[in-house]
Amino acid sequence: MSNFLDRLNYFKASPETFADGHGITTDESRDWEHAYRGRWAHDKVVRSTHGVNCTGSCSWKIYVKNGLVTWETQQTDYPRTRPDLPNHEPRGCARGASYSWYLYSASRLKYPMVRARLINLWRQAKADHSDPVDAWASICSDKEKATTYKKVRGLGGFVRADWDEVNEIIAAANIYTAKQYGPDRIIGFSPIPAMSMISYAAGSRYLSLIGGTCMSFYDWYCDLPPSSPQTWGEQTDVPESADWYNSGYIMAWGSNVPQTRTPDAHFFTEVRYKGTKTVSVTPDYSEVAKLTDLWLNPRQGTDSALAMAMGHVILKEFHLAGKSDYFDDYCRQYTDMPFLVCLEKQGDRYVQGRTLRASDLEGNLGEEKNADWKPVLFDANTGEVKVPNGTIGSRWDGSAKWNLELKNAADGSEIWPETSLAEKHDAVVSVGFPYFGNLENDQPIFKHTDHDGILDRNVPVRKIKTAAGEEMVVATVFDLLVANYGIDRGLGGSNVAKSLDEDIPYTPAWQEKITGVAADKVIKVAREFADNADKTHGRSMVILGAAINHWYHMDMIYRGIMNLLIMCGCIGKSGGGWAHYVGQEKLRPQTGWQPLAFGLDWSRPPRHMNSTSFFYNHSDQWRYEKLGVDEILSPTADKEKWKEYSLIDCNVRSERMGWLPSAPQLNRNPLTIARDAEAAGKSEADFVVDELKSGNLGFACEDPDNPQNFPRNLFVWRSNLLGSSGKGHEYMLKHLLGTQHGLLGKDLGATDGTQKPNEVVWHDEAPEGKLDLVVTLDFRMSTTCVYSDIVLPSATWYEKNDLNTSDMHPFIHPLSRAVDPAWESRSDWDIYKGIAEKFSELCLGHLGVEKDVVTLPILHDTPAELAQPLGVQDWKKGECDPVPGKTMPSLITVERDYPNTYARFTSVGPLLEKMGNGGKGINWKTNEEVEFLGKLNGSHTEGANAGRPKIVTDIDATEVVLSLAPETNGHVAVKAWGALGQQTGRDHTHLARPKQEEKIRFRDIQAQPRKIISSPTWSGLEDEHVSYNAGYTNTHELIPWRTLTGRQHFYQDHEWMRDFGETLCVYKGPVNTKTVKPVASLGEGKKEVALNWITPHQKWGIHSTYSDNLLMLTLNRGGPVVWMSEVDAKKIDVEDNDWIELYNANGAIVARAVVSQRVPEGMTMMYHAQEKIINTPKSDTTGGRGGIHNSVTRAVVKPTHMIGGYAQLSYGFNYYGTVGSNRDEFVMVRKLENVDFGDENHQSEAAE
Amino acid sequence: MKVRAQIGMVLNLDKCIGCHTCSVTCKNVWTSRAGVEYAWFNNVETKPGVGYPRNWEDQDRWNGGWKRKSSGKIQPKMGGKFRLLANIFANPDLPEIDDYYEPFTFDYAHLQQSGESKDVPTARAHSVITGDKMEKPEWGPNWEEILGGEFVKRSQDYNFKDIEKDMYGEFENTFMMYLPRLCEHCLNPACVASCPSGAIYKREEDGIVLIDQDKCRGWRMCVSGCPYKKIYFNWQSGKSEKCTFCFPRIENGEPTVCSETCVGRIRYLGVMLYDADRIEEAASVADEGALYEAQCDIFLDPNDPDVIAAAKRDGVPDSWLEAAKASPVYKMAMEWKVAFPLHPEYRTLPMVWYIPPLSPIQSKWEEGQIEDDGVIPDVSKLRIPVKYLANMLTGGKEQPVAHALERMLAMRAYMRTRHVDGAADDNILDHVGLDVKTVDEMYKVMAIANYEDRYVIPTNHREYAGDTPFDNDIAFASRSECGFSFGNGCSGGATKKSLFGTPTHNNSMNGIVRRG
Repeated sequence: MSNFLDRLNYFKASPETFADGHGITTDESRDWEHAYRGRWAHDKVVRSTHGVNCTGSCSWKIYVKNGLVTWETQQTDYPRTRPDLPNHEPRGCARGASYSWYLYSASRLKYPMVRARLINLWRQAKADHSDPVDAWASICSDKEKATTYKKVRGLGGFVRADWDEVNEIIAAANIYTAKQYGPDRIIGFSPIPAMSMISYAAGSRYLSLIGGTCMSFYDWYCDLPPSSPQTWGEQTDVPESADWYNSGYIMAWGSNVPQTRTPDAHFFTEVRYKGTKTVSVTPDYSEVAKLTDLWLNPRQGTDSALAMAMGHVILKEFHLAGKSDYFDDYCRQYTDMPFLVCLEKQGDRYVQGRTLRASDLEGNLGEEKNADWKPVLFDANTGEVKVPNGTIGSRWDGSAKWNLELKNAADGSEIWPETSLAEKHDAVVSVGFPYFGNLENDQPIFKHTDHDGILDRNVPVRKIKTAAGEEMVVATVFDLLVANYGIDRGLGGSNVAKSLDEDIPYTPAWQEKITGVAADKVIKVAREFADNADKTHGRSMVILGAAINHWYHMDMIYRGIMNLLIMCGCIGKSGGGWAHYVGQEKLRPQTGWQPLAFGLDWSRPPRHMNSTSFFYNHSDQWRYEKLGVDEILSPTADKEKWKEYSLIDCNVRSERMGWLPSAPQLNRNPLTIARDAEAAGKSEADFVVDELKSGNLGFACEDPDNPQNFPRNLFVWRSNLLGSSGKGHEYMLKHLLGTQHGLLGKDLGATDGTQKPNEVVWHDEAPEGKLDLVVTLDFRMSTTCVYSDIVLPSATWYEKNDLNTSDMHPFIHPLSRAVDPAWESRSDWDIYKGIAEKFSELCLGHLGVEKDVVTLPILHDTPAELAQPLGVQDWKKGECDPVPGKTMPSLITVERDYPNTYARFTSVGPLLEKMGNGGKGINWKTNEEVEFLGKLNGSHTEGANAGRPKIVTDIDATEVVLSLAPETNGHVAVKAWGALGQQTGRDHTHLARPKQEEKIRFRDIQAQPRKIISSPTWSGLEDEHVSYNAGYTNTHELIPWRTLTGRQHFYQDHEWMRDFGETLCVYKGPVNTKTVKPVASLGEGKKEVALNWITPHQKWGIHSTYSDNLLMLTLNRGGPVVWMSEVDAKKIDVEDNDWIELYNANGAIVARAVVSQRVPEGMTMMYHAQEKIINTPKSDTTGGRGGIHNSVTRAVVKPTHMIGGYAQLSYGFNYYGTVGSNRDEFVMVRKLENVDFGDENHQSEAAE
Repeated sequence: MKVRAQIGMVLNLDKCIGCHTCSVTCKNVWTSRAGVEYAWFNNVETKPGVGYPRNWEDQDRWNGGWKRKSSGKIQPKMGGKFRLLANIFANPDLPEIDDYYEPFTFDYAHLQQSGESKDVPTARAHSVITGDKMEKPEWGPNWEEILGGEFVKRSQDYNFKDIEKDMYGEFENTFMMYLPRLCEHCLNPACVASCPSGAIYKREEDGIVLIDQDKCRGWRMCVSGCPYKKIYFNWQSGKSEKCTFCFPRIENGEPTVCSETCVGRIRYLGVMLYDADRIEEAASVADEGALYEAQCDIFLDPNDPDVIAAAKRDGVPDSWLEAAKASPVYKMAMEWKVAFPLHPEYRTLPMVWYIPPLSPIQSKWEEGQIEDDGVIPDVSKLRIPVKYLANMLTGGKEQPVAHALERMLAMRAYMRTRHVDGAADDNILDHVGLDVKTVDEMYKVMAIANYEDRYVIPTNHREYAGDTPFDNDIAFASRSECGFSFGNGCSGGATKKSLFGTPTHNNSMNGIVRRG
């Protein structure tokens, strides 16, 4: 019976044997095989993708059978790359492949749902009030009634409703809120539009038309690296993943490429065969480590020490030793290294000051305009101080000299910037550099050294006479940089190292104590990295990510790495540069999309808010703040000056000075302000200024716990705000929702001896349940849905039409409606359209054509960014006058035509013809495109939008974007490059002319993904010769970076940067969030261990969706799990798969332990966005359901992120502002004593 | 000589990113239904680890595969014919559900339907088998994901045989690799030999091994007989099922679902010609370490005119012979010697092969000795022990594995001299027996890896299936009539039941006039 059968279908007629009788061939029927063939059969295949905040942007084949979606596989038909580069197919990962599970699963939302208590109140109110708006007022103005439904949020109790009824409630609530409190009290949160930009635009267009507030996300997620705008004046621009293949040396630093950039990872594995060396830098043995040649494992959060040590080696061996002409040339032209910094005398030493400006010098060095904004350098050709082309002053002076040609701006003569004064100095002075590496963290895994807090180092200087006749001591940025890195260059003095082995900040030997990485490894990698860059002219790359950006002092980690890349001439070079891939997801046709998304075709400006400051303020996280400003201030700063300020005080100042936006904006309804102004006989702006001055009017942020200033209505769509990204989850539950929460800590009022904020009104009793209405749109029952008042079922990504782009590849491709939305679900576009229609109908008698006063912060990429050149002045302190747009936010009156909200929503408005379109500081006429849209989509024939192009369907909306954007309309691209040329004085239109006649439409991309067209919105090119790479047009087209000097900044000279010691990059360790000690009593008598709380990107889900997907749960142990080391598990008697509890002052989590050798001692990791709605027991400590990963975090804001009104440090939506860091946190971990799911409580009495 | 052709697969583990996309797309298409919830025709394991089902590699435990008798003949390790029949009702070698995992789902509806309660609702886990609530899953198809679980448990891994393993449990010495697995579609399949019903067969035209669902009687001897544990019992239908190598796609020249959806681009499909008459001989070699070479020996050179002539004689279509010449599988396994069979010591002559992974240099090389290291490291310094890989891929013989890793590193070092240093250094290749032409081709297939270079799959030539080789009947009939059937698909076959009744005459629209 050793025979096996080899069944024959054809070729041979009869049974036979082979292999000496071991095998037999038979000719039995194989008809049964059709069973599997029939399974593979399908009726159609449709192109779509996954519209959540995933950078992948993968095009998929959706298989439809009998009118139902069965499964999906990746498309393989991307336009091809070049012969020497791998192609993109197939893009897509296991997360995407499991999506079809949702469509017909029990998790799918099938009809609108409302909290039963609310619908009962509503129906009663409707019976009492004929007007729905009055009905809503009767509920939410009655505290008892309002509390009835707010306090059971999240605790079950939904009932089915119909669309008409829910739309009526929502519209009534919005109208009442706008009328009673102001439209800025209506808030919408939806993240990262790039992945489904029309779905995003649906909600943001509705909100913008009624004056509601769109919340930011990139900063809130802490995926925004503020170091990018600081250094480059750019939100974040990065190479597409194919460009990794052009690299000769790649460090994956805190970016787990295979796990989180799955569809791109093949470029990383494949380029190794091209000879590229790969190095991983991760504290644990992560997936990316597997793919590299060398694994460096610095202690988490100490990466800047490692980066500084590498910088030390490179600066010393390649710059000072003159090893690379390439680096030298690059740095003179493209960096701020040659610019001059004023040194300020402080006692016996000098400290770093602001940059020297043309306005400091005789006759402004010939610069008539913006001399305050023109930093200067030494020209080696003449030996004189010159203003080079390309500074931010030139950007806005109309001179067409905003370019990186090496010319003197005044006369066009050629210059050769001098980077060092070492050979040409007047003196060598001692400059004090702040050192933070000596701060002790109360968690012993973070090490410190005993060096002084101020490290004096010798710096060569020149002395310069100012226009006022004073002598100024100036140094170049390069010379300060060398001193800051602690490199001895023969100038004497202390705190500099002659050899790499000396224990002086920032040598490789020094870093070993902080990071634990052997010095010789650091030296080797630094040398190889730089040598590769020198040989290849910049093809060294660092892929970096969330792991190192989610720390409080992420700027230092990132700048440490960016410095390496800039020093080595890698930025703007194919195969080189920084590759930051976290939550950014480039919305490529941005300038075509913005008018649609923010209603710019009808009114400007829209209301935008930075979410971190918003949630910090309005969910009362500030009331629990334990981090003092004095703990993070530079040793060289004036402590007295900052004595009065807490973190929230800094934020309030920032909002008042026009740096950061505000929402809600003022402590009065902005619709009534115009009426008040009229009554007072003043313009709205004058009226507001006077009222602010007199104190009759204030900012809402100054009294967030006053009911007048509550955010009232919240829309969440395309997001899982309460189950995923919401730092300080339990604070949100308590203060915004007013429901059961697991907060264990006490606020400042209950903590003895703590200083309360000065700029914010303190209420002893903190309000709970600020939000009157929470509405969530989703296709599945997410945690956020569970906590909402109204849940609206949305179409899945295979049931709607939309657009999708990414920073990872150059294509634009669609989401398509493979099948109609299942059950009663609707597309986001149709949902908001429906709400807009109901709003227009119900607002009659409550709201008409209204004047709405909008406060607008000083914006980057506008002339206003030249607001506050030389110092910080707060008008409220009497340091200056309140001047809108200069020392405070601009005040702009916007007309709202509320009854015509629906008419406006569904048509292209006239402002595009009137004001043109554009972005990032350039503007072009776009009348032709609007006219074209009238033909393509048709025009309305009657009503308030008669004659206007239609935007009725989601496909109409896609065509608006595609027609208006330079990336998808070659004609617009040529106009856009032309517009930029007017500022740079150079012709860039050659970059788009070959594609001038190319026009991409929705059905085109349904047929095949299309490559986008190069546009000045972005700093890279997409053409047949180079892969997209950030900064490419800066170095190849000589377009300046949008910074103070127009160059890449090593040096940050803003007053607050100086006060917080971040002029140059320094090492700053994790901060002490003080959340473990206050709850020490809860751990008495129990085996516990304190571990650093790390929440990496999901392998089994991306951001807001997926983590409840049965396939993914099956592959990841079926429910919330937390990783910990074998060493720590032993300490608390925990075995793999045991239930554990993790808690601190912020709240508690229950999950199972994954015990693994790959995790270092002292750290615990929970993939973010595992939800408590999946098999989560109750917490012993809080008595409620175990929380989510953000139950143990709280946002802690950083003052340097609040800076504004200052060149690249000016606000932009998702561009600059406070960020929600979360990795400095510690949790206590112990075994869960009682595994209780609380099942017996279901159906029982509510939490009375 | 009896020439047969089979579509084989190579997985380049060096490029595998462990994303499990292959598993998910496969599951969606083939096993997302009752009875096979726990079955993953394709799964991915993190190594070191005991895998899915637990310890599947340990044939001392499961008695899968073949054993060589003292006579030199081979028989299924679980026993000869009589022992198999004796155990039909009590098979001691059959894994239980807990060896795989108890499949689970969650009470999602509760989240929407829960009445008001004291706590936030949560969807409890439930067993799919019993329907009961589970406190927590205890095992899964990917339980050891990225080294989850204590080393003492994971290091029961069979591949640690003859290795002093304790040091690999230390944080600094951690190593890891992924092993995606599917049916091996063996040349000498133990499952076929184990089946009492004769339901399992290997298709002559493409080598795909299938379980006839009409003939299967659910004895489950194949589950035991397969040493890879890649046959799954469907507890609803009562029959066994397995990976079909996506034959409905392969027949049309399309890659398997797991291959096409492999986002790491690690999978390759291509034709291998072999001498079917030498199967028993190759599987019976005494030395386990020689089985890999023995299997290589029965593969035939597609460029050899004698082989081509014999293949034509044995009915291999022309396009298959062309495909065999361009086969990436042949290149990797036979020409470049970088791909290896999985556990050749099971004597099944598996046809899914693996390129072993490179790994970061070991920690001990990082301490003080790092300066001696070149930019591209040396094979002796890699973190994954070669012996470990050899236990997995060559029956414990280290030399072939080390040689493959050296070749890959040489390709990298050579390419670095070309792309970074600006001057290609051919000496690097000489040391590992490569030349520029070969390494250029390796680079094209392994790095650039275009779709058409990864998958070279001829279509199935069903037009030959008539009574004589050049009949039109079946092909034209399929073209015109396929689908109008109550269950027998596109086949003519013996069952003549069709939507339009039993056919009484041939299709006359094919342009051939039939005369009496």
